[in-house]
Amino acid sequence: MRRLTLLPPQRAAALVGQYAAERASARRRLLVTAAVMAVLLGLASYAAEVRPFVLAANIGKFTAYLREIMPVLRPSHLGTDLAEWYWALPRWLSLLGETLLMAYLGTLLGAVGGFVLCFVAAGNLVKSAALRFVAKRFLEVCRTVPEIVFALIFVIAFGLGPMVGVLALAIHTTGALGKLFSEVVENIDMKPVEGLTGTGASWVGTVRFAVLPQVLSNFASYALLRFEINVRGAGVMGFVGAGGIGQELLIAIRNFYYSDVSAILLMIVLTVFAIDFGTERLRHHLIGAEGGR
Amino acid sequence: MTERTRPSLRRTALADLDALRARHPGQFRTDWAGRLRVAAVLAGLFGLAAYGMWALDFSLGRIVHGLGRLGGFALEMLPPSAGGRFGVFLQALGETLGIAFLGTLTAAVFAFPVAFLAARNVVPNPFARFAVRRGLDVVRSVDVLIWALIWINVVGLGPFAGALAIACSDFGAFGKLFSEAIETCDRRPAEGIAAAGGSSLHRIRFGLIPGVLPVLASQVLYFFESNTRSATIIGIVGAGGIGQYLTELIRVLELKQVAFLVLMILVTVAAIDWISGRLRRAVIGGAGR
Repeated sequence: MRRLTLLPPQRAAALVGQYAAERASARRRLLVTAAVMAVLLGLASYAAEVRPFVLAANIGKFTAYLREIMPVLRPSHLGTDLAEWYWALPRWLSLLGETLLMAYLGTLLGAVGGFVLCFVAAGNLVKSAALRFVAKRFLEVCRTVPEIVFALIFVIAFGLGPMVGVLALAIHTTGALGKLFSEVVENIDMKPVEGLTGTGASWVGTVRFAVLPQVLSNFASYALLRFEINVRGAGVMGFVGAGGIGQELLIAIRNFYYSDVSAILLMIVLTVFAIDFGTERLRHHLIGAEGGR
Repeated sequence: MTERTRPSLRRTALADLDALRARHPGQFRTDWAGRLRVAAVLAGLFGLAAYGMWALDFSLGRIVHGLGRLGGFALEMLPPSAGGRFGVFLQALGETLGIAFLGTLTAAVFAFPVAFLAARNVVPNPFARFAVRRGLDVVRSVDVLIWALIWINVVGLGPFAGALAIACSDFGAFGKLFSEAIETCDRRPAEGIAAAGGSSLHRIRFGLIPGVLPVLASQVLYFFESNTRSATIIGIVGAGGIGQYLTELIRVLELKQVAFLVLMILVTVAAIDWISGRLRRAVIGGAGR
């Protein structure tokens, strides 16, 4: 067994000094970061008109509001109470179905658009920098403008209704999925592509037989994730008159139909839960299939 | 090189096709079952889409008519101009950034302790964890616009309601993401602390937090980016920021100013993207060292 030997005092002192310097510099960094954060926080609070006293005075209103929207459910009259709470169930269910269909169509159309554009925007497949630049900027604009802004403009152009919501969702989804898809394509294994190019295959043939088999399961997984997000997005499309259950919720909140608010919110939350759960299962299945190959 | 070998390779292969078929029957067999499966999936997807279009009253006439009007709008937007209200717009943009910053930070501060309660390696009790997680899910599944409507009832119209709304909806998302980051964190430092006789609080402070902090910081930065986008729209329901002007101007068809606002938003988001990308790389790089 080796005996522990003490460091010579000079080297020990040097190491201790170094340690202290490191700690001091770390502390200085922390202080500077904290100061910058404090300044930013002050600026942001000023810009956002933070009024802590109003919040403190009215926080009771928030809990009161939550209490207010709770339905009256008595165990002795559970059936009638439930029926009263969900008095418009058939209409709400059909609106919820409309919301889901909007999300589905928006995702599908957006995925098709993103699918077509992602190969053009991928750096490893398209040599023309100009074409790639145009495709990338187009996707960026589609992605950055929120879907509800598209919906606002489309409502004026196309008239009210769920079709507008679908188109708005589809455009935003094209931008979001196009970017994700093209990142997947840029990360593929290039050997199959070189092999097919070597045999003289056309560009479309190369994409079909060398790229597509590598990326399809990832594409599907991203599209499912987007579907989940779009269900939430479709739920508020009604705020601007673009169809779905949002309109009903907006009316309920604005007009203080308290029990309706909780009824519709509960339906939305449950639907989102169910969709989350379902898509997560499907995605694990898809990714598992990918890993198994 | 390819120009010379390609035709000859192709010619040899085509001449030898029958022998190739005999040698590799597996490669030439048509996978009918697979094709049928793909066709069925596609038919299902597009069948449902067709039903959806029918149910949601899609009509070609409306689309064509609307596209015509959209083209007209696009022409009207063309020289984007602030209409002499640049200062007002700039102030609204600052408000939007303030909402995003404040909302993200508040959400992160509140979600940080809660995330530990939802992480498997901190709270082994499955029931407590399940309750925390479902609670976060409920908060997360309510859209930020709905939160904004609710907070407007509490603190009145204005950007403060918007900041609170973003804080609420992000609180759920952060709780989930943070707890996942904590769960995938390296176990060994925490075990070392436990072996050296540290309490469970020491274990979290010195074993877990140094490892997860850079990951969390990068997630917060990413959300700040996406919240800048969300903060532009909560003005639609009256919760402050640039969205208020955007809605108003779209409703009255002041399209030149709309185009100007959209450009301002695009530039801001691109700038934030760039800054937070740099910061994210710096933070993550710091962890790798």
